[in-house]
Amino acid sequence: MKRFSVPILLVVLLTTLMGLAWFEVIDLYIQTIVLFMGINIITSTSLNLVNGNMGEFSCGHAGFIAVGAYVSSILSVALFTKSRAFGAPLLPPELAAYGFPLVLIIGGLAAALTGLLVALPSFRTRDDYLAIITIAANYIIISTIINIDTIGGARGFMGMKRVIFAMEKCAEIPWMILWVFIFMVISVIIIRRYMSSTYGKGVEAIRQDEVAAEIMSVNTNRIKLVTFMISSGLAGVAGGLYAHTVGYVNPKSFDLLKSTEALVMVYLGGMGSISGSIIAAVVFTLMLELLRPLQIIKWVAIPLLLIIIMQFRPEGIMGHRELSDIFPRLKKFYKFK
Amino acid sequence: MTLLEIKDLTQLFSGLCAVSELNLSLGESELIGLIGPNGAGKTTVFNLASGFYQPTHGEIIFQGRNLAGLKPHQVSALGIARTFQNIRLWKEMSVLDNILVAQHFQLGYGLGGLFFRTPRYLKRERDIRHKALELLEIFKIDKFADEKPGNLPYGMQRKVEIVRALSSGPKLLLLDEPAAGLQSTDVTELITLIQWVYDQFNLSIWMIEHQMKVVMSLCSRIAVIDFGRLIASGTPSEIQNSPEVIKAYLGDDQL
Ligand SMILES: Nc1ncnc2c1ncn2[C@@H]1O[C@H](COP(=O)(O)OP(=O)(O)OP(=O)(O)O)[C@@H](O)[C@H]1O
Ligand SMILES: [Mg+2]
Repeated sequence: MKRFSVPILLVVLLTTLMGLAWFEVIDLYIQTIVLFMGINIITSTSLNLVNGNMGEFSCGHAGFIAVGAYVSSILSVALFTKSRAFGAPLLPPELAAYGFPLVLIIGGLAAALTGLLVALPSFRTRDDYLAIITIAANYIIISTIINIDTIGGARGFMGMKRVIFAMEKCAEIPWMILWVFIFMVISVIIIRRYMSSTYGKGVEAIRQDEVAAEIMSVNTNRIKLVTFMISSGLAGVAGGLYAHTVGYVNPKSFDLLKSTEALVMVYLGGMGSISGSIIAAVVFTLMLELLRPLQIIKWVAIPLLLIIIMQFRPEGIMGHRELSDIFPRLKKFYKFK
Repeated sequence: MTLLEIKDLTQLFSGLCAVSELNLSLGESELIGLIGPNGAGKTTVFNLASGFYQPTHGEIIFQGRNLAGLKPHQVSALGIARTFQNIRLWKEMSVLDNILVAQHFQLGYGLGGLFFRTPRYLKRERDIRHKALELLEIFKIDKFADEKPGNLPYGMQRKVEIVRALSSGPKLLLLDEPAAGLQSTDVTELITLIQWVYDQFNLSIWMIEHQMKVVMSLCSRIAVIDFGRLIASGTPSEIQNSPEVIKAYLGDDQL
């Protein structure tokens, strides 16, 4: 029961969603919101790894999302579609359905590598340095994209819808629901396995007492880098999924506001709580949709929300607790930690 | 056989000389003490021996190996473990997890194994956990395995910290004021515990302690430092009667 409850639940959820989309019970707008929920779950759980579990303050998550979004978009458009920027497809478009997950993973790896470059200098110095350097990195990444004209510069990059069409030639199913779902589940599994291993517990040790961790044989420098790379790599995957969901990316969509949104989700859900981050991502995605008419006021509302949470509940709503700590009966169905 | 050899060890903190040309050696299976007035530089010596500071001058040789340039986690992998003057357990982690994390140097699996939960990974995790639980049992604290150390009485926290240090199977155990903050009944218990650890585990113990009762009843040899300088060393009775030591401590009292 305990072993199969969640897998069964997930399969049921996925088939229901795919079914609803396939029979057009839910329209494209609702589908997109559901996709954003899945993508935001990856964003929040991955940022939580650094800010919640490791206790560092990374503020530029959107930078890594951007790297993943652009790298995977460029690759998939160049490989599987005819485009103005890259000409004829380099591979037969029929391969899109198989190639897409690989393209996403490459986008994730590129983001992880960027994460390494950002973290390498910053973990050697004081704590708040990471906050500053991640903000800077976020800006550098965006300006770099803006200044590369072949990928559209400030106008943005498009053509990813055609990749989806190519996939649909292979089989007429709601592909993005499938991919977002699969990669969301894989991301959560990666984070969960990482944090429940003795190796990952070193991350918690670093947050609670870094000096003691180092002296008790934890290679703190290395584990911080590895954790940051996992976090930014998963952010990159989220970026790739986002780009292909929307079909169009623009450097502006990955600015500091996007990073702030990620922070809000983490702090809303609770530091170090995977289930908290998941719930927060779902709630926050809905909330963003409701706030959409506000347009520019988002710039006030979202940072304000972050300030309010950090002021009154710095640990977040579930602060270092999982759902099972609040509803112990859930333990019957699933081992949360 | 010498286990640890300290040669001309000097540590300057922006002008302040915390440890000054210290020479000392510690043999295998020895239990010795390090005493001195407040601020004498005792903890600094331990911080140097655990790789937390790189000495300004001089060297530390452990089992024939120079510790210069090694990070603390590397030093601990070589077999030096320690406790802290102010308990530094990971307070929000269970007692068991505290013991587990101290095995980081011998995990024996990589990230690939971890993510794919390979048989090797699962076996290593099982073994590590099994060993940790066994150790908790030996020390009769297995009932606290899932407890957060912050919820335990102070004396118990001290004990958990010693067990955590021992869990990596060190050749040298550094205890920084293990009796600090303990009530006198707990102190008696601690003395028995340290003696027991010394008899059961094949290791050397070097401890800093202000409570004379503890040092005098446990240590075969005591080194005394004052202002970072070694001022005396010898058996407990020699130390008790050394005029240098009495002067250092009386001077401290007059302050
Ligand atoms: N990181 C540091 N930076 C600057 N000064 C330091 C540092 N660590 C220790 N000191 C100074 O070095 C001297 C020795 O300190 P240390 O902690 O080693 O003393 P101690 O013998 O352990 O004292 P106590 O019995 O109070 O624990 C003190 O004057 C202390 O202020
Ligand atoms: Mg001290």
